[in-house]
Amino acid sequence: MERSKCSAQMIAELGIDSIDSLFEDIPQEIRIPGLKLPAGMSELELIREMERVLSVNQPASRWLSFLGAGVYHHFIPAAVKTAISRSEFITSYTPYQSEISQGMLQAQFEYQSFMVELTGVDYMNCSVYDASTAIGEAVLMGHRIVGGKKFLMSRSVSPERKEVARLYARGADIEIVEVAYAPETGQVDLSDLESKMSNDVIGFYFETPNFLGPLETGWKGIRDVLGEKMMVVGVNPLALALVKPPGEMGADIVVGDAQVFGVPMSYGGPSIGIFGCKSNHVRKMPGRLIGMTEDAEGKRSFCMTLQTREQHIRRSKATSNICTNEALLAVAVAAHLAVLGRAGLRRTALKNLENMRSLSKRIDAIDGFDAPVFDAPHFNEFAVRSSIPAESIRKNLLDKRIHGGVSLDRWFPELKNCALYATTEMHSQTDHDRLLAALEGVR
Amino acid sequence: MRYHQAVHDVPLLMEGCDSVEQGDDLNVRDLLPDELVRSSLKLPDLPEREVVKHFVNLSQMNFGVDNGLYPLGSCTMKYNPKVCDEIVWWETVAGLHPLQDTGTTQGALALMHGLEQMLCEIGGVDAVTLQPAAGAHGEYTGMHIVRAHHESTGEDRNEVILPDTAHGTNPASAAMVGYDVLDLPSKDGCVDVEALKATISDDTAAFMLTNPNTLGLFEKDVTEIARIVHESGALLYYDGANLNAIMGKTSPGAMDFDIVHFNPHKTFATPHGGGGPGAGPVGVKAFLEEYLPVPRIVKKDGVYRLDHDRPKSIGKVRAFYGNFGVLVRAYAYILMLGGDGLERASEGAVLNSNYLKEKLKGIFDMPYGDLRKHEFVLSGKPLRQKGLRTTDFAKRLLDYGFHAPTIYFPLIVDEALMIEPTETETKDTLDAFVEACRMIMAEDPEILKGAPYNTARRRIDEAKAARDMILSWNAYEKKMADGAGSR
Repeated sequence: MERSKCSAQMIAELGIDSIDSLFEDIPQEIRIPGLKLPAGMSELELIREMERVLSVNQPASRWLSFLGAGVYHHFIPAAVKTAISRSEFITSYTPYQSEISQGMLQAQFEYQSFMVELTGVDYMNCSVYDASTAIGEAVLMGHRIVGGKKFLMSRSVSPERKEVARLYARGADIEIVEVAYAPETGQVDLSDLESKMSNDVIGFYFETPNFLGPLETGWKGIRDVLGEKMMVVGVNPLALALVKPPGEMGADIVVGDAQVFGVPMSYGGPSIGIFGCKSNHVRKMPGRLIGMTEDAEGKRSFCMTLQTREQHIRRSKATSNICTNEALLAVAVAAHLAVLGRAGLRRTALKNLENMRSLSKRIDAIDGFDAPVFDAPHFNEFAVRSSIPAESIRKNLLDKRIHGGVSLDRWFPELKNCALYATTEMHSQTDHDRLLAALEGVR
Repeated sequence: MRYHQAVHDVPLLMEGCDSVEQGDDLNVRDLLPDELVRSSLKLPDLPEREVVKHFVNLSQMNFGVDNGLYPLGSCTMKYNPKVCDEIVWWETVAGLHPLQDTGTTQGALALMHGLEQMLCEIGGVDAVTLQPAAGAHGEYTGMHIVRAHHESTGEDRNEVILPDTAHGTNPASAAMVGYDVLDLPSKDGCVDVEALKATISDDTAAFMLTNPNTLGLFEKDVTEIARIVHESGALLYYDGANLNAIMGKTSPGAMDFDIVHFNPHKTFATPHGGGGPGAGPVGVKAFLEEYLPVPRIVKKDGVYRLDHDRPKSIGKVRAFYGNFGVLVRAYAYILMLGGDGLERASEGAVLNSNYLKEKLKGIFDMPYGDLRKHEFVLSGKPLRQKGLRTTDFAKRLLDYGFHAPTIYFPLIVDEALMIEPTETETKDTLDAFVEACRMIMAEDPEILKGAPYNTARRRIDEAKAARDMILSWNAYEKKMADGAGSR
């Protein structure tokens, strides 16, 4: 039936004169005279307008880019888009009615399974917003488990994430106390960590690789110093294809960002926050969990579980306020890992590692450059020190259509003239050559 | 019965995959110290063909708005124009890195700045941040703004009041910012103004409200409520989950709310993605603008830049600038509909809701007032007489090819069925839904108890899931190794 005819019939059946009478419960004094917005447009006009607005962007993916710092440019196989473009996935919601939502539920269970295997923890939820809010949630969860007033955080954590964690902590009147990194290695300074331990400490958050690039090697020492306190570890899950998982090193909670698995950079969002923990803490976890069970005929089935932790049941006593999460991206992550497979994932990770090694060596060989700044194993990102300000190098590279490394001194004054370079499997030898030629030109 | 969902036996991706020892095939040990090298990794190695089959078959066992009516109250499961989904895959959207020089992202910043202004107009507010990642995250941001505001005036207010019909995220968000939460019992389904007067005090930091409320009733005393709240020195917070009912008719700002969050994924064309991603922009009146998260997008001499220098800002609620991909969809949707189109959307939502309500209220009880906005709540109490519960009815609806409404919420309605048809459904669809409800009510109660029958799975045992705690393939294998799971 035609739309206008449809409305007219419904209006008639309701016995009203017009739609206006359905709004008569809104008092006159708060009415507004419509919206002062432009008139609508057709789909074709919309596409032209969106092209006009967006075409002035110069995407990092199109130029040569060495930007990382939490969001990375990786290859996304076409089949990932196929999987997450399925209308049945895209247009569904939280699987409250499990019998009719098995597809999404199984895909999310698979996401949880992959993440459990990669990180080595016992339980993974099926996503929080991003890594930064995952850290915030971890601080609050740690507080629920051990009490206390202070949360220790490594100085080498991403400044963006640290700022978010600080806000989450403030809500619960928790103080974030910074722990220094060792100036030589960029890794956790154990003696500083030790000096900051006290009874009212909840736990300690550090990243591996950390924001400045180094992977952590002092696990055992950190675990020993922390004793019963929470060890919260941030990861780049791609590195875990090669690197020993935090679950095996004693982490209580593992967080991170799974954007590296099949999610476009999209100016930083949406991305997908990883949140997992050891088995004894599962009931204190935030977020949605998918469990395996059976239906009335004994067939393997999936449904949401432990919902009594969540806001729609527990309200102000919930473990978190999270409702909408990043479910569709969890499907993308699962599809991405499945398409790459074990061998493909490890090859990709190795390519990142090799690229980092080779690029940092070549930059180091240029007069006036020192790379990597820190003497530690790295994954795909490293700090570069130059004899001239990083910011002037960045601007110079930009003129050559290269997005150079992120300047570090605006967050870390002690890292004067330093910048953070990321290199992934997207970079060929020629790409590195281009950067090196450009750097030779600016020194 | 015309509906039958696909039933596939889709093995898990991890199923049958062995734990493979590494260190042999790749020269990792040359590049990493021994103590960091991973010893084993268990992931499948499937051909792409198998992976695509896996996800396509899974998708067929999933029901979305594109399959049929999804009247999940409060969630606004409307059809979204496909063009909005298409645009986010453009390289000028997907390929942007958040730390690119802003000289190379002027289009993105112009879009976000434009969206902020559109939301100001729709919400009747003076400034908007796009940073929060979801509605609940917007509430969380809003509660931090409340806290910052009171701290700046040196007031120590530690309570947030909200009606007992509020979404569960409201109390959870307030509690996460350190507030004690007071539930205000409703009167006739709306805020009890006298009870509010009696409850509000110098300790009240904010009152949180959604209008129309979760029963679909417009809080007609909202002006009086705003006066009471403001006279006590508290702030008035608007939960934007139900904004889709009133666009162009009134606005949170016109109702004198101080802080508002928007749900672009409900109101402005982002499909819900099985639970996300969404976004949760927050709008405020001018006197609260200085507290908004950093960075702010500012325009000077025709150039957009990101301003981090806001000393009174609450800080950051999420890394970078928000869920840009979702915001692009919202921007496109608002452009496409225009001001009039948005108002028509609200009218359509309210018309459909009232039409459906009229047709269904003879079948179920309908407590509280008659005129509803975009959604309405019925009581499944009549089912009790047959030894049934609302959940049985909901499961049976699935057999007819309709997603179930939201059930058992709001808590003040016994055996609640919360129904939101949205503006994108036709009269024919609504009539078919009514017919299905009528048929189900006439069925043998035993049929309902055994439902569903036509979905990928029969009634699922949720208690067993909670008992067994199998939340990953590794846990399943471990359980199998330790002896079978409980029956």
